[in-house]
Amino acid sequence: MTEKNWPLWEVFIRARNGLHHAHVGSVHAVDAEMAIENARDVYTRRGEGVSIWVVPSAQIVANDPGDKESLFDPALDKIYRHPTFYEIPDGVGNI
Amino acid sequence: MYSQALDQRDESPRGVDDAARLARFDERVAAEDKIEPNDWMPAAYRKTLIRQISQHAHSEIIGMQPEGNWLTRAPSLRRKAVLLAKVQDEAGHGLYLYAAAETLGITREELVDQLLTGKAKYSSIFNYPTLTWADMGAIGWLVDGAAIMNQVPICRCSYGPYARAMVRICKEESFHQRQGFEIMLTLSRGTDEQKAMAQDALDRWWWPSLMMFGPHDASSVHGEQSMTWKIKRFSNDELRQKFVDATVPQADFLGLRVPDDELRYDAGSGHYVFGEPDWDEFAAVLRGEGPCNEQRMAHRRRAHDDGAWVREAAEAHAAKHKAAVA
Repeated sequence: MTEKNWPLWEVFIRARNGLHHAHVGSVHAVDAEMAIENARDVYTRRGEGVSIWVVPSAQIVANDPGDKESLFDPALDKIYRHPTFYEIPDGVGNI
Repeated sequence: MYSQALDQRDESPRGVDDAARLARFDERVAAEDKIEPNDWMPAAYRKTLIRQISQHAHSEIIGMQPEGNWLTRAPSLRRKAVLLAKVQDEAGHGLYLYAAAETLGITREELVDQLLTGKAKYSSIFNYPTLTWADMGAIGWLVDGAAIMNQVPICRCSYGPYARAMVRICKEESFHQRQGFEIMLTLSRGTDEQKAMAQDALDRWWWPSLMMFGPHDASSVHGEQSMTWKIKRFSNDELRQKFVDATVPQADFLGLRVPDDELRYDAGSGHYVFGEPDWDEFAAVLRGEGPCNEQRMAHRRRAHDDGAWVREAAEAHAAKHKAAVA
């Protein structure tokens, strides 16, 4: 194979106005313009979106999956951060 | 995240912790945890997934040909628009799946190369010709119906990117199957000639559709390990039975006859009993001796070569603009 690999782009789509962009997949493209066009053809054939972001995959920084426990476990035992932790007597009404 | 750039975590030297990592992996899979690209996974799991996902992607791409054959001859503008949308979907499905396979550390170019050189396989069903318009109906109804049977359980596959691609594909396949059934319904309620055309298509596509589920469980090479890894959820024979049970009543509704003399409903088990597909034919098609194997590959290679100048022009355009900005 003589052809060189085209850069990979991650595709984020806003489904409707008012919603955030969410990751939907990826496309290969030589430049940003083609990445948008390809993302439009591949990921919005049924009205799935009103806005597309593309980001070069190489630009995304992710945490090491091996650090999952040290990063996220400390939040697990802090249930007092959730409103359901607190008991409010019935008579108080909505709070 | 689909990025292949992030996917190089298990290159550490093999050693004592391999057994521990394997045990941890098996536990996670057993607990229905999803495995993501950056997670450690056994080399054989990675290899199996690359093989399966890429075969699946190639099938979508080659699968555009039998239907593309009828695009210019669809009987109405509505039918043409629908068929065009379906063929575009197949291209989209191929791309979702290539992207999922790439998260496992193989490049798109390698994948395409494996298809073009014949190293990788695609579904045997696409090596049968589409002789009449009714074949567009039979393919949607039977071939996409069988594909849905196969694919819905893969939405729960242990490998996250494959499962997510499958969710998207299954939603779209449902349109494919229904438009196929609608064609069959229209033909079967039409003139005698139209009805005969529908019956002929069913006669030709029934057995190849049953073969899509692969060999019997007893002779399936990859079956058991894929079940343990939760890549596969049901065996080939289970899925084939589900397909027959779902499809025979639909054929009855169409007033068409399933071409199987041994077919009967067994009230005791609640299942249909059916005959054996011609496994010699299945093996021959897999060996490349089906009616259209050569044609399909020749067409794909030609399309790839014919598109070379477009790819070169795109690269040159991007390089020029990059230089202008710099």
